[in-house]
Parts: sequence; structure tokens; C-alpha cells
Amino acid sequence: MNPRHLSHTVIVPNWRTMRTPLALTAGALALAGLTACSSTTGGGATAGPAATDAAKPGKITVAANDTDCQVSAADLPAGTSTFEVTNSGSKVTEFYVYADGDRVMGEVENIVPGLTRQVIIELPAGAYQTACKPGMIGKGIRNPLKVSGAAVPLTDDVKLAKATADYQRYVKSQSDALLVKTQEFVDAVKAGDADKAKALFPIARTYWERIEPVAESFGDLDPAIDAREGDLAKGEKWTGFHKIEKHLWVTKDISKDGPTADKLMVDVKEIVAKSTTEKLAPLKLANGAKELLDEVATGKITGEEDRYSHTDLWDFAANLEGSQAAVSALRPVLDERAPDLAKTLDEKFAAASETLGKHRAGDGWKLHNELSKADLKELSDAINALAEPISKVAAVVAQ
Amino acid sequence: MTKINRRRLFGLGAAGVAAVGTGAYATHALLEGPPPAAAASTSDPVPFYGEHQAGIVTPAQDRLHFVSFDVTTKKRAELVDMLQEWTVAAARMTQGKDAGTFGAVGGAIEAPPDDTGEALGLPPSGLTITIGFGPSLFDGRFGLGAKRPAALADLPKFPAEDLLADISGGDICVQACAHDPQIAVHAIRNLARIGFGKVSVRWSQLGFGRTSSTSRAQSTARNLMGFKDGTNNLKLEDAALLRQQLWAAPGDGPAWMDGGSYMVTRKIRMNIETWDRTSLSEQQQIFGRDKGEGAPLGGKHEFDEPDFAAKGADGTPTIAVDAHVRLAHPSSHGGARLLRRGYNYVDGSDGLGRLDAGLFFIAYQRDPRKQFVPIQMELGRTDSLNEYIKHVSSGLFACPPGLRDAGDYWGRTLFA
Repeated sequence: MNPRHLSHTVIVPNWRTMRTPLALTAGALALAGLTACSSTTGGGATAGPAATDAAKPGKITVAANDTDCQVSAADLPAGTSTFEVTNSGSKVTEFYVYADGDRVMGEVENIVPGLTRQVIIELPAGAYQTACKPGMIGKGIRNPLKVSGAAVPLTDDVKLAKATADYQRYVKSQSDALLVKTQEFVDAVKAGDADKAKALFPIARTYWERIEPVAESFGDLDPAIDAREGDLAKGEKWTGFHKIEKHLWVTKDISKDGPTADKLMVDVKEIVAKSTTEKLAPLKLANGAKELLDEVATGKITGEEDRYSHTDLWDFAANLEGSQAAVSALRPVLDERAPDLAKTLDEKFAAASETLGKHRAGDGWKLHNELSKADLKELSDAINALAEPISKVAAVVAQ
Repeated sequence: MTKINRRRLFGLGAAGVAAVGTGAYATHALLEGPPPAAAASTSDPVPFYGEHQAGIVTPAQDRLHFVSFDVTTKKRAELVDMLQEWTVAAARMTQGKDAGTFGAVGGAIEAPPDDTGEALGLPPSGLTITIGFGPSLFDGRFGLGAKRPAALADLPKFPAEDLLADISGGDICVQACAHDPQIAVHAIRNLARIGFGKVSVRWSQLGFGRTSSTSRAQSTARNLMGFKDGTNNLKLEDAALLRQQLWAAPGDGPAWMDGGSYMVTRKIRMNIETWDRTSLSEQQQIFGRDKGEGAPLGGKHEFDEPDFAAKGADGTPTIAVDAHVRLAHPSSHGGARLLRRGYNYVDGSDGLGRLDAGLFFIAYQRDPRKQFVPIQMELGRTDSLNEYIKHVSSGLFACPPGLRDAGDYWGRTLFA
């Protein structure tokens, strides 16, 4: 039980706070709060759009002081709600309702000690935070606020539909190039031209890595194309890019790789056919953008992906570009719903690209084993800095 | 008076409730600042707000997760914003709440949870989270050059040290202490996550057993050499000594540090295996104390004052001239004292069949130039213990004063 929720009960000595899943306590709290407060309404300090919904059960009271911010309800129906904020502290305070990324849904400022003020805020279904700011500085004292009720289905949203269509075009363009470059790679392997195959290996993989999360949805095809030797269980047959990579760089014998190369081409054709006909959901774009950075963080920074050729930075760049393409497609939605997040993503994408850019070599990239530990730490920091805000995109899309 | 008192207790949540349970002393402590109220049991919360930061004189908890960050952002506003976010999360976690307002399972299912979840169902466990600012933060990136306290002077090169740059220094440190290791790790992990893009973990250290007591209510714990460590430590009950030796006072330096304290960390690797092959007599000569009771040689009880003038029948000093207790004693340094808060560590083994183990030494003080530096200079030069130990990392941090209330944040006095 959360100590904050003790406000409606007697304070018991020797009480110990214990973390409990919020969901278990929120319902009971909302009930207690709503039954306790009056249903009269007064003038709003600042008002949102007019109520479009049925009558709401009463006001939500907010008891604010210098160290606490007791909101009488943690669970509300979608629509307009009235918050009545009473400041019993010694400092001037403010009250906010924030959506994800600290987007202000409504606020009331300058509540001097002893004063009560109201604010009417329209909240669609979603997860929000309430905040009191004693002294009007800092992040304030936050509480979660869940708003539930009928929401417009995501696919009905015009902007989201456009986002998925845009990204689908990107997947198609990358798939076309993947087919061409994989064919060239396969032909070089079968012709025994190791130098040409080595040069084509990271290039063909670039198109693959840009759209890998889409490809990954198709079960056993991804491992057939992209498994590393250690990924296999005993008895499983190793196929795909990395098997040929090992033969090109380590054993230096591709004379028996004809069948492997042919199978790679068949698998790539199949996955391209599936990827380009699959109808993508908006959430898939958001999660794909994050998964591509996960790929970087776990496989490329460490040099595990291309452990024989050390061409990991090609894959790194491709993952980054693919992630940015997915975010770009979602950009109109982000601009509308979470402009601060959109701005942060711009900055962090630019910073990550700039950091990676230091390691360009000609038309391509330095090899992983040419980078120092400090170089890799800097790249790792840049990816972490980008991946945290990207992990927030999915919830914005789902709003 | 009563009204303010109740409100403060109320605002402190369970901590305040614990204070009600323990009566007038705790209430008084909350209002007056030091000494901070000790949690009634090892699962209870420790108050987050107060005149001084918690985690310094707070009776030393059993577990430590310490982390040092490099600031990676170049924007002052972004750094301040992160410190505000950290403060909110720290205030919540010390009171047993999730790091974020939605928590590990209360948010939108499409979003990653704003708390990592491993502390669900666990009590606050006496968690304290203490922040410090390293000398490198004042290098000009954030316009803080003029605010660097003179007491935060870079430590000199000491004899008998072999420092690794990768695990030394840092712009900002956070010390998380708790009675449950999972709680300490949870705190650091969630702060590091909030910090991505603004700070980057430079190094971190887990400690599994306290080696110092910071209250007379605690027994003296042992270090991995098997000796009681920190018998003569500064303790929270020593009000006058704490004012004189621990807290930066108005006039000491820049006002932003008034009520703060300076922290020195040293990772001290022990040559455990050779130590264990050393005779009991030599071990006791090296420390200048007996191993069982912890009494100074020639004395009977742990807290007996060492008699440095005493000589044995053969005319040699009972406590050797190079014994640890003599060299570290305040009487050898004009009364200079430290508040030690170290932890034993074992970082697995070193690949040569030896434990990678020792002491993660943490000491708080009013001015390292007058306290840690002269003491360590002497120890590094002559301590007979040096044959068995090696200092491998070093840190120096200015820990600002405590936070007044929820409208305050870490670094406010520095960045304001």
C-alpha cells in the first residue's frame, strides 16, 4: 500500500510503506474520493473546450501543501473534468495535468496559500500525471491519473493511416534494393569472386538492416537469413549471410557455398514478398524504431553482428537510418500529440548521426576493431540517449 | 508549532508515521534537522528532506550501490532539468514508491514502465540517496568555474596508490545505501535510466557489508581483513564534533555548500590471500588493535583510548610507530577526524585464483585539505598495512546541503 493513499484513513504507528502495483489501489481510492466530495460546480480559472460528454460525477479535489498533492481520484472517465485545488501550504502553488512528455493538458497557476481555485480540463482516454508545484519551481509533486473510456480506433485516424502508408513505401523501396544487392552478392559468391563478395556483403546487409523489424515478424525466415553461428541449437543447420561471411573472412573458402547462396536468395525473395504485402499497424512502426536501436545496442556496439568481417558500422548506420525513417513517417502524429518529444528526437538523431559520422572511411565505415573503447562508449551513450525518448513514441501513437 | 509539525510529518508520509511511533525525539529531530531520525527498523523509510542530505550521518545501512557519472550534455538547462527529475524520483524511491508516477505496472501498456519493477513488493529498506558534484563539473562547461569551492581542490598524488582512470573521478556521484541490495541497485538503475542522454555512467561499485558505524546505537562492523573498522569514527550523536569536522559552515567557502559536506572515495584492493597467511600477532601489530575485541594494544576494551606512549618490557612502543591506529589517529593530525562510511566489496575473482576484494572507502568531512589529505599522506608514506593493500580508484565530490521540501531540488543552491 502506498503511503500517499493513507490520507483517508487513520494514521497507524509503525506503518511500513510497501510497494504494490498501482492498479490495485487506484480503484478503491477513486471511489473514496468521488463519494467524499461535493457535486456542486463553480467557475473555472481556465477552461478547456466545452463538455462533449455526459455529466461527470462531481469535482476532483486536490489538497495541496508544501510537500504533498492529494488528488481525490486517480481514475476518471474520458471527457471534461473539474479539478478544485486548495492550497493549505505556506507557498504559492500551481496545478497541472500533463500528458506524456509533459504536454500540458490544463493548468491553474498562482494559487496563494489558503486559496481554492478550479480548472476544467478535457482529457481523452490515456495515462496522465497531475502535479502540484509548491514555490512554482521544479517538476512538482506528481501523481498518476488514468482516464478511460471510448477512444477512436487508431486505424481510423487519418494521420496515422498516412504514416503507415508512408512507411510502407519506404519498406518497398528498401526491399527492392535488397533484392538487387543480395542477387549481386549471391552471384559473386557463386562465381568464386571473394573480393567482390566481400565488398557487397555490407552493402546488401544495409538494406536488410534498415527494415529488419518488419522482416523479423515472419518467424523462421529471419534466422534462416541472419542467424549467427552461436544462435543455433545443436542439430540446426546454419544458413544465411553470416555463414558466407565466415567463409569469406575466416576459412577463406567459398567454393562450396553455392547452395547456401541460392537458399539465401530464395529466403530473401520470400521475406520481401511477405513484407511488402503485410499491412502494418501504427504501433509496429513505433516499436520497430525502438527495436532497430536495440539491435545497435546489443549487437553492433559489441561487434557481435559481423564478428568475422567487422563491418558492424554499416549495420549500425542502417539500423539508425531505418529507425529514423519510421519516426519520420510518424512525425505528423508526433508533432500534433507530443511536439516536445518530436523535438528531442530530432536532436538525439542528429547527435547520434554526428557521433557515428566521425567513423566514416571513404564511401563506407571504419571496421569495428579499428574503434577504441572510448569511441565505442561514445557511440553507446549516443544510442542510449536516443533510445530512451524513442521508447516513448509507442504510447503517444496509442493515445 | 503543532500545526507545522503535523503537516511536516504528514508530508513525509510513512517516514513521518514512523516518527510518530518513536515519539518526541524523532519529532524533534525532524524539525531541528540533525540528527536525522533513524528508521525504526531496517525496512522503514528514512526521511528524504532535511537540513543535511540523508545518507551521511544516517546510521550506516548494510548495502551500497555507488555510481559516478560523466555529464554528456553540453546544455546547462538540460542538466538542471535532469537533476530536478532525479530529485523527484529519489524522493519517491526513498519512501518506498516507484521511481515514476505510473510505476512498474500502472502506465499505458504500449509504453515501457517508468519504474523498472524489481522493487515491487519490497519495503523502503532504509534507502538513502546522496548526491555529490566532482571537481570536473566546475571546468567551465556549465559556467560553474567561479563556484568551485577551494576545499574541492584536486587530491594530490599520494604514496602507495595505483589509480585506474576508468574507475576514478566523475562529474556527479550518487551514493545509494539500503538494507536490501535490490533496493540500492533499483535506485541507481532508475536514476541512470532517467539520465540517459544527459549523463553517462563512468563507473559504479557495489558494496555488500558496511565497515563503519555512524551511530553509537550500531556495533562496529569488520572489514575483510577481519578487523573492526571505524571504531573511532565520527558518529551522529557527536553534535559538536559534526559541526566542527563534518558540515561546511557559512564562511568556509561558496554559500551553496553551507550545510553540505565533502566526500572522498577510495577503492582499496586487499591482498586477501597473503594477509590470510600472516600471523595473528603481525596482523594485530599492523592495525595496533587486537582482532577479537578491537581494543587498542595495551587496552582492554574496543573504545579504550589508545596509549601511544606505552612501552613494553623491551622498551619498544606497545603500539608500533607504523601501526594503522597510530597513524590514522586524530592526535597525529591536530584533531582531524573523518566520518567514514565504507563498504566491503568482492568483484568476483581476478583470473589468477584470487578474490578481487577489498574496501570501498567513503569518508565525509568539512575540508579534505585539512582532513583526508594529511591523514592519507601519512598513511601512504608509513602505514605497515600498505604491504597488503593498494588504492586503485579515487573520487572527490562536494555534497550539497539537504533539500527543504518537494519544491527544492538537487543542485538548486549551485545552479540558482
